[in-house]
Amino acid sequence: MMSRLLSFFRASLVSCMALGSVMVHAQQELRIGVSAEPSSIDPHYHNLGPNNSLARHVFEPLVGQDPSQQLIPGLAQSWRTLNETTWEFKLRNNARFANGRPVTVEDVIASFRRAPNVPRSPASFAQFLTGMTFEQGADNKTILVKTSSPAPLVPTNLSVIAIMSKDCAEKLSTEDFNAARCDGGSGPYRFTEFKPGDRTVLERNPNYDGARPSWDKVTVRYLTSGPARVAALLAGDVDVIDNIPPADIAKLRGNANFTIAETLSNRVIYLHMDQFRENSPFITAKGGSPIKNPLRELRVRQALSMAINRQAIVDRIMDKAAVPAEQVLAKNFFGTSQKLQPSKFDLKAAQGLLADAGYKNGFKLKIHGPAGRYTNDTQIIEAIAQMFTRLGLEVEIETMPPANFFSRASTGANGLPEFSMILAGWGAGTGETSGSLRSLMGTVDKAKGSGAANRGRFSNAKLDSTLDIALATVDDKKRASLLAEASEIAFNDLGIIPVHYQTNVWASRKGLAVEARADEYTLAHKIKRQ
Amino acid sequence: MLSYFFRRFGQAIFVILAMIVLVFFGVNVVGDPIWMLISPEMDQQAIAATAAALGLDKPIGEQFFFFIKGLFQGDLGRSFVHGEPAILLILGRMGATMELAIAALLMAIIIGLPLGMYAGLHPDRRASRTIMAGSILGFSLPTFWVGLMLIMIFSVMIGWLPASGRGPTDTVLGIQTSLLSLEGWRHIALPALNLALLKISLMIRLARSGTREAMSMDYVKFARAKGLKESVIIRVHILKNILIPIVTVLGLEFGSLVAFSVVTETIFSWPGMGKLLLEAIQRLDRPVIVAYVMVVVVLFVFINLIIDILYSVLDPRVRLTEAKA
Repeated sequence: MMSRLLSFFRASLVSCMALGSVMVHAQQELRIGVSAEPSSIDPHYHNLGPNNSLARHVFEPLVGQDPSQQLIPGLAQSWRTLNETTWEFKLRNNARFANGRPVTVEDVIASFRRAPNVPRSPASFAQFLTGMTFEQGADNKTILVKTSSPAPLVPTNLSVIAIMSKDCAEKLSTEDFNAARCDGGSGPYRFTEFKPGDRTVLERNPNYDGARPSWDKVTVRYLTSGPARVAALLAGDVDVIDNIPPADIAKLRGNANFTIAETLSNRVIYLHMDQFRENSPFITAKGGSPIKNPLRELRVRQALSMAINRQAIVDRIMDKAAVPAEQVLAKNFFGTSQKLQPSKFDLKAAQGLLADAGYKNGFKLKIHGPAGRYTNDTQIIEAIAQMFTRLGLEVEIETMPPANFFSRASTGANGLPEFSMILAGWGAGTGETSGSLRSLMGTVDKAKGSGAANRGRFSNAKLDSTLDIALATVDDKKRASLLAEASEIAFNDLGIIPVHYQTNVWASRKGLAVEARADEYTLAHKIKRQ
Repeated sequence: MLSYFFRRFGQAIFVILAMIVLVFFGVNVVGDPIWMLISPEMDQQAIAATAAALGLDKPIGEQFFFFIKGLFQGDLGRSFVHGEPAILLILGRMGATMELAIAALLMAIIIGLPLGMYAGLHPDRRASRTIMAGSILGFSLPTFWVGLMLIMIFSVMIGWLPASGRGPTDTVLGIQTSLLSLEGWRHIALPALNLALLKISLMIRLARSGTREAMSMDYVKFARAKGLKESVIIRVHILKNILIPIVTVLGLEFGSLVAFSVVTETIFSWPGMGKLLLEAIQRLDRPVIVAYVMVVVVLFVFINLIIDILYSVLDPRVRLTEAKA
C-alpha cells in the first residue's frame, strides 16, 4: 500500500516536472544574441547590415531576398516590366500595417520619398533610388516605377528599401523611430523597445497577413565580444547567437545540446594590388633599390595567386568556416561565372611565371591590412606573407586598426590609395555581381560612379564595356551571362586576387532551426521550433 | 572657501579645453571617419554627399572652429553614427556604468578593508599570508581573462548567475537602476566582482600597511597601556587614522572605475558608457569621443572636490583654503 502510494507520488512528481519542462518549452519568447549593434531602428537612417537585419522584422521591402539572396516576393506579390523603362509592382492584397490600416501605393511612394532624405544619414539609401520616379498604376495596389534608361536592377535595388506607412514616413524623425513610435510596419513584428548598447525588444504584429511566426516576443541582445556571446548561449542566457568565432565552431558542433546552422556568405576576402603607379611605394628590389611596379604584370599576379594555398588557409586558420574563392561571389549567386576555378596551389609553376616575367630573384613587398575587421584577418595576412616568401619574395606585413587602415588605403597618399598590396573583404549586399565588379574593379570614374572601392585602380576597358551593357540589359538570362562574362574578364586578368568566401555560422539551443542566410541577417520569424 | 571653488573651476575649464584639442585633432590623425561610416557599396558621389552633410569635407581647422562655436551655444555635436546628440547618448548610458562602479567600490571596501586590516593586525598568521598572496593574484591577472573565467565557472558550469547583460531596471527619483531587484543583483554580481578585483587587492594592501604603521604609533601603544579594549583601539584609533589615505585613493579609483570599465563592460555586455566609448573609437565617432572625455574630466574634478571635503571632515587639521590641488 505504502509503496504504491509512493510510486503514485513519484509518478505525479515526474509528470509535474514534465509539465514544467513543457511549459518552459512552450514559452513564446525568443532571445537572440547578435554580434553587431544597429545604430538606429529607423529603417531608412543607415544602410548597415545590423540595421537592415533588424528592420526586416518590422518593415518589409517591396521585394524580398531568400537565404541565398535570390529575389522573392515581399510586400509586392509580383512584378514585371511593362516596357524597357517601366516596372510594375503589385502589392499583396491583404497587407496591413501594425496599426491595422491596409498598405497602399501612397505609403510606398511616401517611403521612397523619405528613404533618400533622412537627415545626417551616415550611409544613405539614396543611390538605390536614383533615376527612378514613382506613380500609381491601375489601382491603389499597383505601383509603376519609371526610369530614364533601361534599369534591370530596379527590383534588386528596391529589395533594400523598407516600406512604412505614410504617417511614419512623413511625420516621424529618426529619434521618433528610436523611441518605437512608428506603428506603420507591415512585417511580422513591431518594435516595443530600443535600448542602445543593450537590447531591442519586438512583439508579434497581430495584423500581419503572412505566416504566423513562432514567437510572440523577441529580445535581440547585443553581445559584441565573441567568447562572451558563446558563453551566453552555453549558460542559457540566449537561445540563438550569430557570428560564431571559428575556434568555437567545432566545440559547439560536438555538443549535443546545441545546433549549428551555416551557409556560404556574400563576403569574399581578397588582395587588392597597386596597378596604377609606375613605382609602387612599398615595393623595391630585395636590396632596397627602386624597381618598376611588378604588380602591373599579369604573370606576376598569376604567380602570386598560384602561390597562395587557399585550402590550407581555410583548414588551418579559418577552421573550415570558409571556402576557397575564385571570383567576387560563390557560384550559386546571380551573375557569377561557372567556368572560373580557384587558382590551383602550384609553387613550381608560380616560380616559373615569376621568372618569365623577369623577377627570377623576386622582390621586396609590404602587405597592409586591417586588424580585427574580418575573421582572423591578421593571421590570414601572416599566412599569405609566408606563402609569398616561399615563392621567393621578401615580404613584410603591417596591420592596423580598421579606422586607420581604410582611411589610408583609400586616400592616404594625397587622396590616392597609399599601399601597394592590401587584404580586404567585400560583401555584396545586393547578392549579385554587378555592383561588386563595378566598385572593386571598374575604372575609377566619379561621374559614372564606378570604381568607388577600387583601391588598386585596376582598369580594363573590356570589363567596363561589358558591365555597361549588362547594366542596361533587362532580360535576366542575358544579363546573367553578360555578368558571368564580365567576371571572367576581371578574374582572368586578376584585377583582385580572391582568397576565400567566409561562411556565416549560427548556433542555437537544441530544438530550434535557424535559417542560415548569406546576408548575415538573423531573422526571428525564420527561426522555427523543430 | 569660495575662492578655492573658483580656482578649482578654472582649472577644470583649462583641462577640458586642453583635452578637447588633443582628442579632436588626435582622432583626425587616426583616420577620416567617413570611411568607417559609409556602406562600402556607395559610389563616389554618395560618399562625397555624406561627407558634406556631416561636415567632414571641410579642413580640420574649420571643423574645429564649428565645434567650438557649437560648444558656446551649448551644443556638443551629434554622433556621426547614431545621429543623436553625443552628450545625451553618454548620459543615457552613464547610469549603468555608475551602478557598476558603485557596486564594485562597495565590494572593494566590504571585502578589502577587513581582510587588509586583519593582515595588518596579525602579519605572521598563515591566513594573512594567504590574503597577501591572493592580493598579488588580484593585481596581476588580466581583467578580460578573469572575466571570462568568472563567466565560465559561475554561469556556464555551475549556472548560478547570468553570463551577460543588465537586469530589469526600475525608476527611482528619475534615475534608472537595476539594483532594486534580486534579478538586477544577479546580473551585476559577476561584472562588479571582475571590476572590483583589482581594487580589492589595492584596498587590502593599503589597509594592511596603514594598520601596521598605526600599530606602532605612540597613541595606539598608549591606548593599549590605558587598558582599552582591542575592538575600541581598532575602531577608533586605527581605522579612523588609516581611512584618510584610503579615502583619497578610493576616490580617484572610483573615477577610474567609471572611466575605464571598458573591458568589463565589453565582456559582460554591460550597456554602459565604456562600451559606447569603445565603439565610438572603433568607428571614429569623434563627437562621442570628445563628449566622453569632457564628461570624464568633469567627473574627476567633481570627485576630487568631494575627496577634499571628506578629507577635511576626517582630518580636522586640513582646511580647504590651504589645499592646493
